[in-house]
Amino acid sequence: MIPAPFDYETADSAAHALSMLAEYGEDAKLLAGGHSLLPMMKVRLAQPAVLIDIARVAELSGIRVEGDELVIGATTRHAELVSSPLVKAEAPILAHAAAQVGDPQIRHRGTIGGSLAHADPAADLPMTLLALGGSVEITGPSGVRVVGADDFFVGPFESVLAPGELLSAVRVPRGGSVPWGYQKFVRRANDWAIVGVAAYDGRVALASMGGTPLRALAVEEALRSGAPIAEAAELAADGTSPGYDFHADAEYRKHLARVLTRRALDGRTG
Amino acid sequence: MQLKLTVNGVVRSDEVEPRLLLVHYLREVCGLRAANVGCDTTSCGACTVLLNGESVKSCTVLAAQANGQSVVTAEGLVSETGELHPVQRAFREHHGLQCGFCTPGMVMAATSLLAENPHPTEQEVREGLEGNFCRCTGYHNIVRAVLAAADALSASSASGTESEAEVSA
Repeated sequence: MIPAPFDYETADSAAHALSMLAEYGEDAKLLAGGHSLLPMMKVRLAQPAVLIDIARVAELSGIRVEGDELVIGATTRHAELVSSPLVKAEAPILAHAAAQVGDPQIRHRGTIGGSLAHADPAADLPMTLLALGGSVEITGPSGVRVVGADDFFVGPFESVLAPGELLSAVRVPRGGSVPWGYQKFVRRANDWAIVGVAAYDGRVALASMGGTPLRALAVEEALRSGAPIAEAAELAADGTSPGYDFHADAEYRKHLARVLTRRALDGRTG
Repeated sequence: MQLKLTVNGVVRSDEVEPRLLLVHYLREVCGLRAANVGCDTTSCGACTVLLNGESVKSCTVLAAQANGQSVVTAEGLVSETGELHPVQRAFREHHGLQCGFCTPGMVMAATSLLAENPHPTEQEVREGLEGNFCRCTGYHNIVRAVLAAADALSASSASGTESEAEVSA
């Protein structure tokens, strides 16, 4: 499978990438690890006229502490999140989630910014950002805006990112001792979650339970009012609209959401 | 576009289309046929090569993305005198293959795994190879081979005959 022809440009700074985005308009796509975009281009679901490679832009990569947040450059790869002592100490749920993405080869290439911008409702990192209550930094022609995870995902494979904008960094709260849990239900190695649940500090996020990663708001509310975990987890499918495929129908996904939410709230990670 | 990169230690310069995938560049332009095109969907791992020492699936990397960088294929693991790399040798000794189609990818994934984790447990080997499918062996001998390669590599690095750099290529 061969992508349709395109022109290839290499950005040497974020500003350079933005100016090229402005120049080429909606025909251009940003390329970092390419592990969401290239598979789509190979089956011609995406046919950008220009690829702007931002993988060599040093200012878009790296992990640092800023106040009570961890700031992670958009082109930081999953493997770097997995092995980063800083991420393991300050946001262990994120290191764990990154280790669940694909396989080692994919984690050597795929990036946190690419995964979030791709906005796959079944993917690990969008769900995890939502559970963490993190945010993304979006750099555009008029400057930088910060969008919370609750407002970032708007539909299947759709976020509030505009064509001329660049997802430049990801912000997550520091919380090395905050209780968390993570559940990803798959039948085969390497698959996306049939249902996924990430729980962090009383927030619960679900993957594959609707068109975007979703908060299990009824569960969170029940926990706040003092309900025991087993009781709160029974509400995990409330307000969800899971689809069906050859892995699972909607009812089974709802059942999984309840079971996996209980396990995640119990702090289980596998 | 003009591509300049290092393949198996040799600096190359080639005029390529931007859409050329790394696996096709290696097979068709460089004539290196170890990396196989299996699933072509980032699943099976038969096309695994090292990019700057790390395993990647070359069906999902543009040759352009490797510009200025270093690529190693299974051919490149063999020493100049024709000696197999300890990982290759272990696959042969432990019969970690049957039809052989997945083997170059398995070997490269295992080489990358052992560079990151020189002393993996059996479980870590199995998880470390989750991106590589074998439809023949049932994996047991592959896992045995990788564990044996880990022992061989640590023995040879302890005796100073094999440098870390050679392992991570």
